[in-house]
Amino acid sequence: MNKNTQKVTLSPRLSAARPAAIETISSDYTRADRLAAWKARWGINRMAYRVKPGLYALGSPAANAPVFATANYKLSFDALRTNLKGLTAWLLVLDTKGINVWCAAGKGTFGTRELARVIAETGLEKVVSHRTVILPQLGAPGVSAHRVKAYTGFSVAYGPVRAEDLPEYLRLGRATPEMRRVNFNFSDRMILAPVQLVHFGRYLLPAAALLYLLGYRADAAYTLGALFAGGALVPALLPWLPGRSFAVKSAAAGLLVTALLALAHDQSPAQFAARALIYGAAASFVGLDFTGASTYTSLSGVMKEMRLAMPAHALAAAAGLIILAVGRFL
Amino acid sequence: MKLEYLRGVSTLKLDVDKCIGCGMCAVVCPHAVFKVENRKAAITDADLCMECGACAGNCPVDAITVKKGVGCAQAVRTGFLKGTEPDCDCGDDGTCC
Repeated sequence: MNKNTQKVTLSPRLSAARPAAIETISSDYTRADRLAAWKARWGINRMAYRVKPGLYALGSPAANAPVFATANYKLSFDALRTNLKGLTAWLLVLDTKGINVWCAAGKGTFGTRELARVIAETGLEKVVSHRTVILPQLGAPGVSAHRVKAYTGFSVAYGPVRAEDLPEYLRLGRATPEMRRVNFNFSDRMILAPVQLVHFGRYLLPAAALLYLLGYRADAAYTLGALFAGGALVPALLPWLPGRSFAVKSAAAGLLVTALLALAHDQSPAQFAARALIYGAAASFVGLDFTGASTYTSLSGVMKEMRLAMPAHALAAAAGLIILAVGRFL
Repeated sequence: MKLEYLRGVSTLKLDVDKCIGCGMCAVVCPHAVFKVENRKAAITDADLCMECGACAGNCPVDAITVKKGVGCAQAVRTGFLKGTEPDCDCGDDGTCC
């Protein structure tokens, strides 16, 4: 049996719920929403951005209005409702523990079982006159459309990848090939850079401060350089950095920054080589984690490059430290 | 500029004999890996596959197999440290997805 086809069973008590009071929401994007999105991107209390799961009414939808499913992450919910401006619809919010649609689908929390549960518990079949739920296409890794149909009677229609294409999708009655493709352009990448910088900054900023206080001012600067290279240059320059491997691309970004910083720093060729090894490895380590933010890396590929990169990082850092230590005591 | 990941690593397999040509794989794939011609699906370029598993899970006749997972170094590391499969549950610190 296919690994992806887990068996789902619904407990009978879920099947006949009475519709609860349905909250009405608007499609407006307010200044508060914008601020919340900014804070979430920088990881400020991000897990507070949960929407209560359940059924919502956008405007005053009729029984034949379309039903759109989404995750209970505020940014996902906002992307959906604000792109349905001027329309009335039912929004079905799955409990994905505050995680966006695609990531939750990868984990299975945006999944067949949860969709079936929320359809049953909200009494959707009594609220609407049709039997179709429109899902974001990126929910598909967690959902088996044919199983949802079998368990709930509702057909799953996969809408576009991006909520902004929804009006056009509704107008055409289908998604164009372009709407079905995931991109990873400059703005897609840069919007994810802060999370990466905050995550590694937590370790590398104190490390740089400590080096600075201990008198290793140049190394404090190189440490910040490695953070900048792996956390900001890798997302910014991803298509132009050499190779397909993220470890190689990130090492290249690290070497570039290390070399630029070296222009303002007097040191022997051996010391420069040592720092290139250490901070190139550090940037490579940081940048390799951007595979998680990217939209096109596979698990098999990441496993393959990590098997090579992890020992290479350790060896490069060790060799660099030895060269620096030997130089100091000679 | 087109971004492409490592060549020859994807675990995606399609059993053409089982395929009924419904086209769901082509609908759900975010990288247009499938095309459907003459009521049969075909893999255009497996190197574009990110192993998200959407095609396999939505194939009504189980004609597609893929080792589903997230291509995330942090998840691989977490799984390795915990001694489990790659695990993208990064706790509540909100640093990843």
